[in-house]
Amino acid sequence: MATAKSKKKSNTSKEDLLHYYREMLLIRRFEEKAGQLYGMGLIGGFCHLYIGQEAVVVGLEAAAEEGDKRVTSYRDHGHMLAAGMDPKGVMAELTGREGGYSKGKGGSMHMFSVEKHFYGGHGIVAAQVPIGTGLAFADKYNENGRVTFTYFGDGAVNQGQVYEAFNMASLWKLPVIYVIENNQYAMGTSVGRSSSTPEFYTRGEAFGIPGEAVDGMDVLAVKEAGERAIAHCREGNGPYILEMKTYRYRGHSMSDPAKYRTREEVQKVRETQDAIEHVRELLLQGKHADEDELKAIDKEIKAIVNEAADFARESPEPSLDELWTDIYA
Amino acid sequence: MATEILMPALSPTMEEGTLAKWNVKEGDTVSAGDVIAEIETDKATMEFEAVDEGTLGKILIAEGTEGVKVNTPIAVLIEEGESAEDAAASVEKAHAGTHEQGAGHPAPSKVVDEAGPGGQAPAPAVPDDPEIPEGTKMREMTVREALRDAMAEEMRADERVFLMGEEVAEYQGAYKVSQGLLDEFGAKRVIDTPITEHGFTGLSTGAAMGGLRPIVEFMTFNFAMQAIDQIINTAAKTRYMSGGQMSVPVVFRGASGAAARVAAQHSQDYAAWYAHIPGLHVAMPYSAADAKGLLKTAIRGETPVIFLENELLYGHSFEVPELDDFAIPFGKARIWREGSDVTLVSFGIGMEYTLKAAEKLAEDGVSAEVIDLRTLRPMDTAAVIKSVKKTNRCVTVEEGWPVGSIGNHISAVLMQEAFDWLDAPVINVTGKDVPMPYAANLEKHALTSVEEVLEAVRLVTYR
Repeated sequence: MATAKSKKKSNTSKEDLLHYYREMLLIRRFEEKAGQLYGMGLIGGFCHLYIGQEAVVVGLEAAAEEGDKRVTSYRDHGHMLAAGMDPKGVMAELTGREGGYSKGKGGSMHMFSVEKHFYGGHGIVAAQVPIGTGLAFADKYNENGRVTFTYFGDGAVNQGQVYEAFNMASLWKLPVIYVIENNQYAMGTSVGRSSSTPEFYTRGEAFGIPGEAVDGMDVLAVKEAGERAIAHCREGNGPYILEMKTYRYRGHSMSDPAKYRTREEVQKVRETQDAIEHVRELLLQGKHADEDELKAIDKEIKAIVNEAADFARESPEPSLDELWTDIYA
Repeated sequence: MATEILMPALSPTMEEGTLAKWNVKEGDTVSAGDVIAEIETDKATMEFEAVDEGTLGKILIAEGTEGVKVNTPIAVLIEEGESAEDAAASVEKAHAGTHEQGAGHPAPSKVVDEAGPGGQAPAPAVPDDPEIPEGTKMREMTVREALRDAMAEEMRADERVFLMGEEVAEYQGAYKVSQGLLDEFGAKRVIDTPITEHGFTGLSTGAAMGGLRPIVEFMTFNFAMQAIDQIINTAAKTRYMSGGQMSVPVVFRGASGAAARVAAQHSQDYAAWYAHIPGLHVAMPYSAADAKGLLKTAIRGETPVIFLENELLYGHSFEVPELDDFAIPFGKARIWREGSDVTLVSFGIGMEYTLKAAEKLAEDGVSAEVIDLRTLRPMDTAAVIKSVKKTNRCVTVEEGWPVGSIGNHISAVLMQEAFDWLDAPVINVTGKDVPMPYAANLEKHALTSVEEVLEAVRLVTYR
């Protein structure tokens, strides 16, 4: 697990801290609501919640600039919210409604927003890694100075196509940041049981790709690491690996029996490492906000999420004509 | 004892080549491993090394000679004390004999066989094409050149188009299809990849999502099986999964189907595999004109395209219209021959069997209508139905496996939409339901043949 969190971050402004708090809280409340709607049968199929890992996407988005791209796996709700996609459109896609980002045809695992430079939402473990590398290829081809955040987990990191992508990205110096979200479990298999070398940040060494391990539960550490990675890419040095040591509180998907880890393990991380609690403490200790102000934010976020849930319930199912559209241009 | 030096086969499909240059002259001493000549085929220029040592007694084929058949003696090596002239004479005499008997030097595998495709027989005349204005000048070119021209023209027209694949740049293409493109467009747009099909297929798909228009060359489509997840799960489905927000305009092209003696892992026809997938377009041209016109359309479109070529067809020549902008729409079959007794439906290399069969049938007084589907998705089933309503009989021809074949699909469509017009069951002539064997005789038998097409026509016409 990660090292102790940054306690003294006097140089982080109140506005920034409040922004991180708000963003992370939005993801957590959104995911809790999604879990609730799943339980009510309003969301079907597979649904993978991001609760616990919020600091990773919020920290990296804080380092990104307009026009930078991102692509991830099927545990994608947090990435979409952090990229600025509308919670209503995301939630309505989860419920399979017309108002969803893919008009209800993609679902939880397959969502996109060209406007927000979010390129999916991919359901096949590690498929997004060469895809993100290709997005970076396009940016280099177009000489536009953009970078692509390519997120994948500690399960995907053992897929062959990851290394095919690493090789080409390094060979052609593509501006891609590989963000390995190591939440320690690939579905039910722990890193120790799946990976011969658990230091994933070193997995690019054979290809000459630098990497670093980051406390993925500390949004400030994530942002700083993101800035280093972005600078490396924008200067034309090719890819960079960030291994985010993080933790997922919920099961792999909604139907996870959780036999592979103890309740105590989860509880301990929640109590000692929680990313949102960390920022909350920084805000209170630094006297940037008092309990009442934070409560007001909580309320505000709750309202956004409830609005999204209402929209997702009320948005009609797609018309049957939609079955036959969007297959060909 | 004199040793013959024979014209070598430099690839599985080579039948003949040009003896471009002799690096040695008569009287020179030659050691094993010396580069003695340069041989040029339509695919590549290769150095030819001596395997024996001796003195080059006599050059039998002068440099610059074109169309030298594989296994033709091109020179004679002599040992000390031998006369060059005697050695040459004895070689020529020996060869005259073997040629007549057809023994000694077996014909290279299945090619140059009346019953099969391949060979360099003049291509059949391309029928009048309503898409080509009257009076258009035609130029004869190979399928290989037509594909190259299509890519070059589209790359000139659109900066976003680039070519990526194994050996497409410096090597000039494993099958020489991309010849000259690196010189014209540079390394930014003609990109040699590592041998990493899954990786570069995913990468090109991502590049297409990022706004570029990749052309991906698979050296052959057999290797695309390493990448089929990215083709189907990402390229084909993203438009649908994104509710129409995002297109993946990528062209996956390369050789599919049997070549010559490359056996099970390198010889399969992917037409039916990819035609199954909604979200893809699938083209499988036969003629050079169609190869050019369809590839241009493929590159311009928003849809991911599987463009299935054939190694044996690359070197075949056809008339191609000299038009500034010759693009052929997908989903429109070409009628190669009009006829009234039976409809023959094929595509790609299957057209070789089909056209030869139609010619024989004509000699026997049977009038066959020949339809080249050209694209399998979308598929011009309307053209087939229309024809069958006239002929009342149908035979489909393809090299792929019989189960779940393109022919099966056409049969089903005809049963549903032209049942009352059918006077006989539709017969699907296909490759055999076996992995491709290596042995020459078995390979020939595993594919289909003109004779099988003729037999199917006999059955449906009850003759």
